[in-house]
Amino acid sequence: MAVASAVLQSEWTKIRTVSSTVWTLASALFVTVAMGAALCALTNATFDDMREAERLTFDPTLISFSGMILGQLAMVVFGVLVVGTEYSSGMIRTSLAAVPQRATFLFSKIAVAGGLALLVGLATSFLAFFLGQALLGGHRTSIGDDGVLRAVVGGGLYMGLMAVFSMGVAAMLRSSMLSLGILVPFFFLVSQILSAVPKAKEVALYFPDQAGSKVMRVVPDAMNSEEAPYGPWGGLGIMVLWVAASLVGGYLVMKKRDA
Amino acid sequence: MIEAVGLTKRYGAKTAVYNLSFQVRPGVVTGFLGPNGSGKSTTMRMILGLDRPTAGHVTIGGHPFRRLPNAPRQVGALLDAKAVHGGRSARSHLLSLAQLAGIPAQRVDEVLGVVGLQDVAKRRSKGFSLGMGQRLGIAAALLGDPQVLLFDEPVNGLDPEGILWVRNLMKKLAAEGRTVFVSSHLMSEMALTADHLIVIGRGQLLADMPVKDFISANSADFARVRTPGAEPAQREKLTSVLVEAGGQVLSEPDGALRVTGLPLPRISDLAHDADVRLWELSPHQASLEEAYMRLTQGAVDYRSTDDRLAHLQPPAQPGQPGYGTPPQPPVQDVPQQGWYAPPPPGQSPYGAAPQAPGQNPYGAAPQAPAQNPYAGAPQAPAPGPYAPPAAPQPGLPQPSDDTSKDVR
Repeated sequence: MAVASAVLQSEWTKIRTVSSTVWTLASALFVTVAMGAALCALTNATFDDMREAERLTFDPTLISFSGMILGQLAMVVFGVLVVGTEYSSGMIRTSLAAVPQRATFLFSKIAVAGGLALLVGLATSFLAFFLGQALLGGHRTSIGDDGVLRAVVGGGLYMGLMAVFSMGVAAMLRSSMLSLGILVPFFFLVSQILSAVPKAKEVALYFPDQAGSKVMRVVPDAMNSEEAPYGPWGGLGIMVLWVAASLVGGYLVMKKRDA
Repeated sequence: MIEAVGLTKRYGAKTAVYNLSFQVRPGVVTGFLGPNGSGKSTTMRMILGLDRPTAGHVTIGGHPFRRLPNAPRQVGALLDAKAVHGGRSARSHLLSLAQLAGIPAQRVDEVLGVVGLQDVAKRRSKGFSLGMGQRLGIAAALLGDPQVLLFDEPVNGLDPEGILWVRNLMKKLAAEGRTVFVSSHLMSEMALTADHLIVIGRGQLLADMPVKDFISANSADFARVRTPGAEPAQREKLTSVLVEAGGQVLSEPDGALRVTGLPLPRISDLAHDADVRLWELSPHQASLEEAYMRLTQGAVDYRSTDDRLAHLQPPAQPGQPGYGTPPQPPVQDVPQQGWYAPPPPGQSPYGAAPQAPGQNPYGAAPQAPAQNPYAGAPQAPAPGPYAPPAAPQPGLPQPSDDTSKDVR
């Protein structure tokens, strides 16, 4: 039995020795922080032009996370590549010949990559928050306010879960290209568009990204949006269910299919 | 020790491996031969627990691979030279594999030295040539100092020096008492490397015997004799003289004679005595390669056909149907016998040639693992594994290579 700690160590070596890890995680951090900062600065400059309803429900925490809409895509790419390159390179056969226990292999890989994504996600979240607040001038909030710390930590969890969800999907589809081709348009277009269509909106509320991102809100109906039928942690819980489903699917595929 | 029992693998309707049983013993290099698509890699993957057999089972040292304790220390495998993340350096790749089995990092540098990749250890494997990839794969197999080693086509892409190195490495590993299982489609390479051969075709066992036996059972030398083409009478005359002297004579499609059982000088003397002029008298040694080709030719999945360039050439006559209509294949004067090497006289591996009964190349095989699956009629039991029971009886429909080819 290949010991789990050995597999973890090996997976850590694998993940730190490819440049795609650095590139995807760095761009997740950079894009999120930079775009959040830019929007905070813009909001600060044009605050008085906003409608009154928007001003009243202004959520300074949420606005500093607005870069996540793009930054999460880099996380998706990271998650997909971590699992998908095993298949595209054929490395999976070498790996599974060395670790016949497929569950140990898959979950060690996801634990290492997910842990790394979570750390980067938390760093991103805190960085985006503090930089964003600094640029918001008089409209800022502080980390000590009600629900703010929860939102910031939640932002980091959200990014980490996004990566893990993508890993599960990639393990199910066994292909980087296919996984990216489905996940990126889904999160970037389908989910965003559906959340603006009247009836579909209610379904879209239960999509992993829509539900999970509610944890980053301090004001529930911020910026004139509708309130979700679940709380911030409830939203994250829905996302965790999605992640669990993708992991179970990925595990079943890996267990049943020939490598 | 690798033991396969009734191993079968189906992908949908296609059967990749059917009822394969064999043993790979320690201390010798066992060659695993078969044409492309014959199921070698599938079998290798099943041994390694990567593919689940549809039926049957395969064990290493008595355990199924998935239940082997610390598999990387017991089994080393090279499956696919390019199965490496291109962005990772050779050393990192091996390090990640070493860590799986708790192998210290120094061992990584050691095997890099063994395969001669120490100078490119830090380079990304993306830029590696096929030969370098093979060396990296071999390094990965050697990493855990395992007792059982599997190599799938290890010499592909290697230079002559590398081929020699692999050959010696295999022999050395076997001499150390390890189980070495090497697949290849190159008979010539296996003849030099392996001690024992397992030959499969279309996923079924064709031969399982020591290389020495394989060679002695399959060496088939003959003399080619040609008489002046314009004088068929001379040919007839020589034929009867040679047959009288105890030789076996077969005629080749171009009119030459194929003679066995008589040494060359004797043939010349006989011809001289009979007053027959010879235009050619040449020794012909059937190589092991040919023996292998004959053995597997019925089991080849992917065979090239003539490139007729039919659609690239202008229509022969203006009134004829032009592009899009497949032209009628011209009637070819194909020799009746096999399309690779015709079997030597009197030896009819597939029961195709209704010639004189003779020694049978494969009937001499020590094992008789299965009835010949390619003898045309698979259901009819045949005592010899690769040959008809005796001389074909006239009048009965004979299974032949041609019909079996058509069926496929």
